[in-house]
Amino acid sequence: MSYDGMLLVDALRDPAGTARLDPAGWTALLTIARVEQLLGTLARRLTGLSVPDAVADILAEARVNAEYQRRSALWEADCARRALADYSGKVVLMKGTAYVAAGLKAGEGRHIGDLDIMVAQADLPQVEAALLKAGWEWVKEDAYDDAYYRDHMHELPPLIHKERDRMIDVHHTILPLTARPRPDAAAMLAEATALTNGLYVLNPADMLIHSAAHLFADGELDGGLRNLWDLHCLMTEYGDDAFWPALAKRAAHHQLLAPVERAVRLTHQLYGTEVPQGWRRWHRQDKHYVRRLTARDHWGRGTHKFTRLLFYVRSHWLRMPPMMLARHLWTKWRKSA
Amino acid sequence: MHEFRVQVGPAAFRIGSQWKRPLDQLAELYRDYPVPTVPDYSVRLESVSLLRRFIRPSVAIHGDYMLPDAAPLPLAQGLLAAEMAMNLQMALGWRRHLLLHASAVEKDGRALIMTGQSGSGKSTLAAMLGHRGWRFMGDEFVLIDLDKGDAVPFPRLISLKNEAIGAMMATALDGRFGPLMEATPKGDIRHLVPPADAIAAMAQPARPALLLFPSFGFEATVREVAPSEVFMRLTQASTNYVALGEKGFSTLTRFVQTVPARAIDYRDGIEAEALVNQLWAECA
Amino acid sequence: MTASQTTKYKAEPADQILVTPLDSLTLVYQRRSGITHIVAEPAPEILEAMGADALSVEEVAQRLAAQFDFDGTQATDIIYARLNELADLGLVERTHA
Repeated sequence: MSYDGMLLVDALRDPAGTARLDPAGWTALLTIARVEQLLGTLARRLTGLSVPDAVADILAEARVNAEYQRRSALWEADCARRALADYSGKVVLMKGTAYVAAGLKAGEGRHIGDLDIMVAQADLPQVEAALLKAGWEWVKEDAYDDAYYRDHMHELPPLIHKERDRMIDVHHTILPLTARPRPDAAAMLAEATALTNGLYVLNPADMLIHSAAHLFADGELDGGLRNLWDLHCLMTEYGDDAFWPALAKRAAHHQLLAPVERAVRLTHQLYGTEVPQGWRRWHRQDKHYVRRLTARDHWGRGTHKFTRLLFYVRSHWLRMPPMMLARHLWTKWRKSA
Repeated sequence: MHEFRVQVGPAAFRIGSQWKRPLDQLAELYRDYPVPTVPDYSVRLESVSLLRRFIRPSVAIHGDYMLPDAAPLPLAQGLLAAEMAMNLQMALGWRRHLLLHASAVEKDGRALIMTGQSGSGKSTLAAMLGHRGWRFMGDEFVLIDLDKGDAVPFPRLISLKNEAIGAMMATALDGRFGPLMEATPKGDIRHLVPPADAIAAMAQPARPALLLFPSFGFEATVREVAPSEVFMRLTQASTNYVALGEKGFSTLTRFVQTVPARAIDYRDGIEAEALVNQLWAECA
Repeated sequence: MTASQTTKYKAEPADQILVTPLDSLTLVYQRRSGITHIVAEPAPEILEAMGADALSVEEVAQRLAAQFDFDGTQATDIIYARLNELADLGLVERTHA
């Protein structure tokens, strides 16, 4: 029996179907789930189902870990809130931290790394100063990287807290400035949703658009299965009749309709998410995305190396105009020589 | 990919390798250990590149948990690579017990736990005592049960370094030793299979009765260690204390409040054994 | 008016922390953050005296003075420093009245 990422997709989609797995199947499933950073999510999905003892122990461990990540993420958000107490603008939580802070299904069992927040671009110096005062420090003092971030990226160079050893990424928009689409960050901030503690999260449509943009425009599809699971949860939770036309309009406004449409199609295809008929038209390139997203063997290793390489080059081209990329690499090579 | 599985205490591993030899060595040394069906962790020994699989082969360590900057090892040290990778999975992944970077031995159902920096001699002391009337529980990690507070063994292969190799070859006369690996990043390394009683009882926990912080190289002395200092040192010796949250806190506070702790200095094994026996009689 | 006079402080709720005295030092585990703090006196005493109320430095000093029998006005500076340390740790929150 040969396994790939579809094993994980199927288990998330139909947890009861795991009853058919033999030990080799479980081993492959758990290994792939771990490398895709979906083991905590899988553990949540399998709660209450009968599984072999050895599997139950691994899932229990994953739940402990997910709870730890949830706790730390919420605490980091709270630390940022306190550090920015005197800042009058909106502080918008993003990605995993936003999902758990807003109590969304997408946050259940989710792996959460750094804290991502978004603030108005004009306020970056003020926010940066407040964070530095509260104990965050630059990860690296490096003039070139610094200038690179400030000129071309959608965030400050990462900061790390000197005592808690946790990173924060401060964004002012959702895509690098070198990317072709220019999302309307001001509108995202203006229509963000307030949480009870004074922090904000993106509104449902923008949250979904950000997740889709992140999947296609800001990486190499690594972690794509998790990203699509986030989207599945968001669509399931928010996707009433009024939502879909509003989503299309909003995505078009942010110049991100195509990635959002593709994300919706792929999510529907892989996780069986309920989406309106009009959003299901299959694009001829979608199968390559599915192949790339599920390219894992039973050791969790990436397979289809060539497909991966294509996506890697492609993702760099999407983010940066070619000459800028060449210059960027050259500076890196020279520095390491 | 060749595959080998082994159960050590409560943890089950799957080791994949592009070369057969390191797995044959593991299979021989771990031959008396159980073989699990669904492993907790997978690790892989893979070539750095296709070419380097055959020419000056070099082992890159991959697995469920990895360090991005882990340097590859020569193939002759493949066994060491596998052991390091298994340790790493425990250090970064294990959440079922409070994990202490410590060694332990057992007598009469009670555990003597030793912790300290590398070079303190805690591993060698556990190995030596494990061949001299105590049951060896582990030389790298001790697992503390989150409900009962018991010490749970993790008796992986004993990893001997430099002078400890000769000392243990003299002590464990019928011991089964692995290949001598010279000039590894940690010096000379040779593995020793734990005594049969340690493997047979690897599922049997013991009540923590005494905690020692040994330091090698100084005249024999004993110092009491205050609970708050013990607490601080043990949080530094644990890779999962923070992740365990409240359970970690209650487990560790109970440990420091109930287990007497002493720092000991010693110059050789005989001196250490005498100190251990004296403190065991007094405190435990 | 200085900041110390306008700022009020509120301690982490008592059911949100686990306090375990060991010897000269006390462990404070905070449920929300999962962080264990190792603190010396008077930090645990300050947290306990504050209860669930938002208090100024002077009010905290008065409570401690009443409990431990010392002149509260002389200890304000020390308590102000400790309160701000506790605030930096997230065990106490500054609120602006």
